[in-house]
Amino acid sequence: MNDIVRMLIQRISLGLLTLFVVSLIIFFSVSLLPGDAAQAMLGQSATEDTVNALRKQMGLDQPLHTRYFSWLGGILQGDFGVSIGNKREISELIGGRFANTLFLALYAAFIAVPLALVLGILAALYRNTWYDRSVNVVTLSSISTPEFFVAYILMLFVSVKWGFFPSLANVTLDTPILERMYRTFLPALTLTLVVVAHMMRMTRAAIINLLASPYIEMAALKGMTRRRIITHHALPNAWAPIINVIVLNLAYLIVGVVVVEVVFVYPGLGQLLVDSVSRRDLPVVQACCLIFAATYILLNLIADILSILTNPRLLHPK
Amino acid sequence: MSEQPKTIDTADSSPPPLRQVESKLTVVLRELRKAPLSAKFGLLVIVTYVFVALFAPWIAPYGEAEIVGNQFEEWSDEFLLGTDNLGRDMLTRIIFGARNTVGIAFLTTLLAFLLGGICGLLAAAIGGWTDQILSRIVDVLMAIPVLIFAMLLLTIFGQSVVNMVLIIGVLDSTRVFRITRAVSVNVVVMDFIESARLRGEGLGWITIREILPNIMPPLAAEFGLRFCFVFLTISALSFLGLGIQPPTADWGSMVRDTADLITFDDYTPLIPAMAIALLTIGVNFVVDWFLHKSSGLKDEH
Amino acid sequence: MSTNSNEPLLQITNLQIEGFSDERWHQIVKGVDVTLRRGEVLGLIGESGAGKSTIGIAAMGFAKPGCRIHGGSILFDGIELTTASEEQKRQLRGSRIAYVAQSAAASFNPAHTLIDQFSETVVEHGINSREHAYKDAKELYKKIRMPSPDDIGFRYPHQVSGGQLQRAMTAMALSCRPDLIIFDEPTTALDVTTQIEVLMTIRDIVEQFNTAAIYITHDLAVVAQMADHIKVLRYGETVEDADTRTMLSTPKEDYTKSLWAVRSFAKETAAPAPEAKPIMRVESVTASYSRSMSPVLIDVDFEIHRGHTTAVVGESGSGKSTTARVITGLLAPQKGAVYFDGDALPPSYRNRTKDQLRQTQMIYQMADTAVNPRHKIRDIVGRPLSFYLDMHGEEKEKRLRELMEMIEMDPDLFLDRLPSELSGGQKQRICIAKALAADPAFIICDEVTSALDQLVAEGILRLLDRLQQEFNLAYMFITHDLATVSAIADEVIVMLEGKIVEQGPKTEIFSPPHHEYTELLLSSVPEMDPDWMDRVIAEREEKGGMIAAGN
Repeated sequence: MNDIVRMLIQRISLGLLTLFVVSLIIFFSVSLLPGDAAQAMLGQSATEDTVNALRKQMGLDQPLHTRYFSWLGGILQGDFGVSIGNKREISELIGGRFANTLFLALYAAFIAVPLALVLGILAALYRNTWYDRSVNVVTLSSISTPEFFVAYILMLFVSVKWGFFPSLANVTLDTPILERMYRTFLPALTLTLVVVAHMMRMTRAAIINLLASPYIEMAALKGMTRRRIITHHALPNAWAPIINVIVLNLAYLIVGVVVVEVVFVYPGLGQLLVDSVSRRDLPVVQACCLIFAATYILLNLIADILSILTNPRLLHPK
Repeated sequence: MSEQPKTIDTADSSPPPLRQVESKLTVVLRELRKAPLSAKFGLLVIVTYVFVALFAPWIAPYGEAEIVGNQFEEWSDEFLLGTDNLGRDMLTRIIFGARNTVGIAFLTTLLAFLLGGICGLLAAAIGGWTDQILSRIVDVLMAIPVLIFAMLLLTIFGQSVVNMVLIIGVLDSTRVFRITRAVSVNVVVMDFIESARLRGEGLGWITIREILPNIMPPLAAEFGLRFCFVFLTISALSFLGLGIQPPTADWGSMVRDTADLITFDDYTPLIPAMAIALLTIGVNFVVDWFLHKSSGLKDEH
Repeated sequence: MSTNSNEPLLQITNLQIEGFSDERWHQIVKGVDVTLRRGEVLGLIGESGAGKSTIGIAAMGFAKPGCRIHGGSILFDGIELTTASEEQKRQLRGSRIAYVAQSAAASFNPAHTLIDQFSETVVEHGINSREHAYKDAKELYKKIRMPSPDDIGFRYPHQVSGGQLQRAMTAMALSCRPDLIIFDEPTTALDVTTQIEVLMTIRDIVEQFNTAAIYITHDLAVVAQMADHIKVLRYGETVEDADTRTMLSTPKEDYTKSLWAVRSFAKETAAPAPEAKPIMRVESVTASYSRSMSPVLIDVDFEIHRGHTTAVVGESGSGKSTTARVITGLLAPQKGAVYFDGDALPPSYRNRTKDQLRQTQMIYQMADTAVNPRHKIRDIVGRPLSFYLDMHGEEKEKRLRELMEMIEMDPDLFLDRLPSELSGGQKQRICIAKALAADPAFIICDEVTSALDQLVAEGILRLLDRLQQEFNLAYMFITHDLATVSAIADEVIVMLEGKIVEQGPKTEIFSPPHHEYTELLLSSVPEMDPDWMDRVIAEREEKGGMIAAGN
């Protein structure tokens, strides 16, 4: 098992290192700006005093590395600093919204993952049939469609025309879970539709790749039933690629969520990010970016770890 | 038994057929005729878009930013698709949007390809430390989702079309780097590259004459896919109000400007969104067909 | 189940199989008949594209993806496989007809142990219990002299060496005591010393259990050991069909005769007496791929003379290709140096002059990957002309045509083609022309014939021999194939684990007394004599323990 432990430690430290470097990038990219961030943010018309005040508030009067470490140290303790726009604690702004975003992404994932896996595996098993071909065209179209297009179509038909679900997903912290699921159904459905196509195509490709292995043909030549070939010969080797597909798409969901939140005016992290970008509220943008990036890196790390743990060659070292 | 026939190779199993004496055009036309319906549809879409983009000023009934009516006018003979939130003709804006949105996305993709392609090719050809350093940088940059990273950088550098093209071009070049490097590495391990090195050829010859011709098909397909991705990212940014800025006509921002109409049971915002979707679908169909044809790797991707 | 042993076990008549490519169906197998009785071994031999694997697998009622059985009849013990239901065929496969694939490494499922894959067939076909199968597996492993037979089954495929895997797969095929086993090139991917052990295993098993077998191979000497009957195939048709001894002694068809004749090629003229100064001298070279790794070459020292061919022989991992990498400058040695015509060459090719690079040329095993598929023949052969010799325009064109004539290919027909429009042998000829174009003194030939069918390989060897005499070239001929060595070499170097174990003139190396390893190597190369293997087994048993020591 030594090999596996070593690889796991390697991956995890690599993940942490990436996270660290990403935090460096997010923090220091601000200093890429020619001149002064405070000045740039307030524009040329701002008075010297206000610029100075902002400078102080952002800590721009201190050396760069000190600022970085106090920023990072704060974040590690849950303190993201203060918003420039409304002077509120960023952690306060983010807390509930991040939970909302996670809820939406998980909601979508719970519908999307089983659906995509079943449809994808079926497409692989019934390759080159009319089912497979139509699945190809439909998923290809759906991948190519912007999230807001799907969102507005759903909104127009399901909500405005037929009145099944609310068009705006306004929830608060104390919305009960069923009510919450009802109100966020359309955004979750949008995300599902967008991500299912991707996940299906990847699942299909992974399974087809697997079924082309010589050992699958060998199993057939040993007279194994189709069912046994799938459950006993394909499946144990399929976990790694399937897990990979799932996790990568969850990471994709996290990004897709930004646009969907804006369309449905859902109080999530994406919405906050977009608002802060338009207001050029840098500390908030940095905090949101870090959270999104960290989630993304974490998911990729999980994919890596799981695919190591399910690889038979690694599980039984020489 | 040493009196073997000298040209024993004629006995070689099934010698490949001679190249047919056909012009490239006939080959292309024949392939087109055999193409699946989806690919033909895709090509038709692309050709139409390019035509509209090139001749926008002549096709459009009004000027790009011209205010010609009231806000949100209904569809009529005068304004085929109604007017927008400022009273500009929707159809005109859609037509000019083809030029702006598609043009900007195309430029951005081109930038991403120049940057990522050259670096990827060099990383594969030189190998060693150059490759290690470039690859690690790209790994880190790719750890941040493009849309999120782009938003951060737009906040810092300010929102303008030039900034957006540069930012997305650079961020997306990481993806191009990855794929270019990956396909080039497959070529670099071939004996003919070693042979060229041992002949004493320089880096220029090896990358341009030896590697590049062999990675063109996958790169061409990737260009299509990248274009779609860039196009969707830019549209998303514009839709969020962070991309292409008014008064430039652009499909993403048009959806945003007319979005409220949806709640009044009006299709208008779907039209620019549809324009975006149609092009990406078309390009994807063509790429899909191209991948089937060129690689025989039907089931990858 | 029929027990009448006079009835053929397998009767294939007028078998037709089609394959789908270029968007239409092509005939791959064009009406082949096969008759096989119980306990008989049939050898199917032919060059690539002869359809032999397709026929072999069709005997199980199976068509590879993209192929279909289009006509004819496959009668296995009274069951018509072309019309049998999938379920009927499934029940036969594994239990009554078993299959041994070319690559055991790829054909064992990486997720299960060897013994589980062995017993799976037994249990799933309802023949016996898992416990019983385990016991049987261990006994079989013992019988075929696998190391630690009680434990090896509990390993996973990637934990076992290639030769052992291939033997484990043979054992697995036997798990249900089938009536028929299909061996599909089971030793093609193995080294000779490993090959002979797998061959012994297969023959042991076939004889002990009186199993009928179809043995598919392109190697005549191998099939001579294994088969009672031989069927020669070409382009999906039967060329000739006879029992092994008749076929070997008195082949009837011209094609068969030409196949048999291949091995008779031998360099006719003796090499000139060596000049005082060698053209290439490798002086006590030690090399490794990285500082931390143990060396892959240890104190390698030899020289090669103008007009001579020095064959470097060894199995995979012996360091023969690494030696070539040191000579060409792709790998800098840790110790020692390489001298060309008396002058030390810079260790890395990057520091060598154009002229130094020009003098040493290389021809590769896979002609497919040695030429750029996007360049025309004109550019492939022409580049060294313009690059080294500064030839352009008419002068270059003239030289190009001369070179094409030299390799016996019509310049008008071939110069403007792409490599994909040539056959394998033609591509290898182009590689030779490309090397010649540089006007070198020394050429490294790295397994240049091993990817080619024998007839074609023969042509290449003849061509190389002629060119050597014409231009007084020195060859370093890297190969694992001792038949090639005896055909073309003047001097021989035998390598094992990075060291030279023996070197000298061919006649010396090939006649006793041999170094122990040379002996093993030489005695492992199958000969066309059907009694060869029996003789080797007898000899080795006499000496004792040699077989067991092999792995």
